[in-house]
Amino acid sequence: MTMHTLSVLVENKPGVLARVSGLFSRRGFNIDSLAVGETENPDVSRITIVVNAESSPLEQVTKQLNKLVNVLKIVELDPQVSVARELLLVKVRADRSARSQVLETVNLFRARVVDVAPDTLTIEATGTPDKLDALLRDLEAFGIKEMVQSGLVAIGRGSRSITAGPALRAA
Amino acid sequence: MTRPTPETLAHTARRARAAADPTVDADQAATRTATPAVPAVRPAAATPISGASSLVRSLEALEVDVVFGIPGGAILPAYDPLYDSTVRHILVRHEQGAGHAATGYAQATGKVGVCIATSGPGATNLVTPIADAYMDSVAMVAITGQVASPLIGTDGFQEADIQGITLPITKHNFLVQNAEEIPRVLAEAFHLASSGRPGPVLVDIPKDVLQASTTFSWPPTLDLPGYRPTLHPHGKQIREAARLMAAARRPVLYVGGGVLKAGATDGLRRLAELTGIPVVTTLMALGAFPDSHQQHLGMPGMHGTVAAVYGLQKADLIVALGARFDDRVTGKLDSFAPDAAVVHADIDPAEIGKNRHVDVPIVGDAKHVIDELIAAVTAERSAGRTADLGDWWTQLDDLRNRYPLGYDEPVDGTLSPQYVIKRLGEIVGPDAIFVAGVGQHQMWASQFISYEKPYTWLNSGGLGTMGYAVPAAMGAKVGKPDTVVWAVDGDGCFQMTNQELATCALEGIPVKIAVINNGNLGMVRQWQTLFYNERYSNTELGTHKHRIPDFVKLAEALGCVGLRCESADDVDKTIAAAMEINDAPVVIDFVVGKDAMVWPMVAAGTSNDEIMFARGVRPAFDEDDI
Repeated sequence: MTMHTLSVLVENKPGVLARVSGLFSRRGFNIDSLAVGETENPDVSRITIVVNAESSPLEQVTKQLNKLVNVLKIVELDPQVSVARELLLVKVRADRSARSQVLETVNLFRARVVDVAPDTLTIEATGTPDKLDALLRDLEAFGIKEMVQSGLVAIGRGSRSITAGPALRAA
Repeated sequence: MTRPTPETLAHTARRARAAADPTVDADQAATRTATPAVPAVRPAAATPISGASSLVRSLEALEVDVVFGIPGGAILPAYDPLYDSTVRHILVRHEQGAGHAATGYAQATGKVGVCIATSGPGATNLVTPIADAYMDSVAMVAITGQVASPLIGTDGFQEADIQGITLPITKHNFLVQNAEEIPRVLAEAFHLASSGRPGPVLVDIPKDVLQASTTFSWPPTLDLPGYRPTLHPHGKQIREAARLMAAARRPVLYVGGGVLKAGATDGLRRLAELTGIPVVTTLMALGAFPDSHQQHLGMPGMHGTVAAVYGLQKADLIVALGARFDDRVTGKLDSFAPDAAVVHADIDPAEIGKNRHVDVPIVGDAKHVIDELIAAVTAERSAGRTADLGDWWTQLDDLRNRYPLGYDEPVDGTLSPQYVIKRLGEIVGPDAIFVAGVGQHQMWASQFISYEKPYTWLNSGGLGTMGYAVPAAMGAKVGKPDTVVWAVDGDGCFQMTNQELATCALEGIPVKIAVINNGNLGMVRQWQTLFYNERYSNTELGTHKHRIPDFVKLAEALGCVGLRCESADDVDKTIAAAMEINDAPVVIDFVVGKDAMVWPMVAAGTSNDEIMFARGVRPAFDEDDI
């Protein structure tokens, strides 16, 4: 099984996310990660879905997604020619004795401290899932009190835009 | 003709009154008296009306002539303008009946079937017919009332999230947010339901939206940027398909319901006759190709003919037209037609390659696909490339001769259900519409009635909905009042939805029902006989043993004529007697033996190679031939 990243452009209407996620569950697919947000066109939302599947079932789910009336366009992003990022917020144990070591790790990963308490630091990091995994491995040694991660968002490299096209202009 | 009833007379009077009423606003009158035209070219200027009137005006503009429904609290505002409308409302006895009636109407006429229900239980009672229409790709629009917008999400009285409930069983659904949207949403719903791969569309309208003041203008502008069905196939794929058809030695045309939906039956016959390729028609496609045609091998699948099952199984080329390689057709998928290259044409790209690997995918409407295939095959022929199918036909003819459809007379002297159904088909003839429930009687009706014309066979194929027949027959008869409509139903199915006979009796819808009463849930019993050591757990219905209910008395209580037939000698005259009655619905209680079984049979989950011609009888095939 391989990870696939789908960019799904949908009409920005109530209930569309339920249609998309419901389709995945009823056709027996697990969504590994999901991120939704508006695009440069307020009538269009973009759902980024990471799914673990063989290519032939993936083709079936893509076709089924395309049948949803509110779905405008689906593009599978090739990891070689796209940029993908997740956002991580993590609260790490960092009393006086450990604080400098934690900050060293934060700097090493080009992460940021966004909140400070007497015995913890809250760290913000963005990056590929691999980079965030590596950061978390390093921080685990200090003790992770709480963490939250966003779904993956991804965009193709180069000047081409997947949101161009007659259907999307009409929307 | 149809016996006038208080209800139909009242409706006619209302229509006449409305047409003559000078107080009716000019625009409304114009809508009513306008000759039928394409809905989109019948404009109406903006006039202030209620959301409910906007809904009814939209239905009129969409040239809806009949809707099936039941009023209730949330949908009630719509019933007031409906009272004066040209749209005939048929008051059913259960919302499930409204839904199947809409389906029967749609399948018989090719138009969109419409059903209406109120919120909550009214809407949830539509769930089964909506799922049924979804599985069989029927153009249906379901309109439901919803609790008022401020109550949504509060567990209000008779609230159900019907949009959420029907997400997986509709082609699309809408929750109308404000009254201005009503004409556009209705137009979109009808467009979605009837175009591309047809399917049910639900429109949920909160009560306050129906009561709000709005303006009505027609036609609205559709706003469906994500909906672009592909109708015209790709020329390269068509040429490749034609090349394979000219080269194949053992080809089969595997025809599904999409051919009927596309109105492509004339083209199918031309294509079949041009190529000489054998044809099989699925349960959803019976009537798409005449049963009596020499090239017709019959129905494939679990209870298909030996020739059709083996034709597909041993084919070197399967040309699937508007069919979906359903498990009841393929049997165990990985042993299905192992040597066949597959050309799969369907209007729904998601069907192509869903179950079976495809060599030549063709996305397009079956009518366009078939027309272009005819042209491409003709080109192949003029280039001198034609297939010699002589050996193939010799083999198939041999199978047809050795394993025709048939049945054994019951040894216990009871009436044979197959005989009843066979005589019904022969006496009634190929112009009638036959509507079946689900089970043994459905399979026998598919096997022993000869379907010569399109749209003469309606049934619940995909979902297998017991109780489909009576309401669907009602809908078909409303859509085709001059056609004889027979429901062939089982005693189990009949007890699920027979209340709609009251609707038929009162509304002047003289359907005819042949209840194939074997006193049991016959198909389930057959499986218990074959696979559960004859342990008949909960399949005995008591309609024989206790005569509860007495179907003749039940029919009479519902305002129908009730007849009973218990012996082979009486079959013809009872059918003839029913054919004489045209002013009321007729129910015949055919009391038949309980041990008859449906053959041939490919047991569920087994390979089509394991087809049984009769109990314990496997067809003998000369493997060297194949």
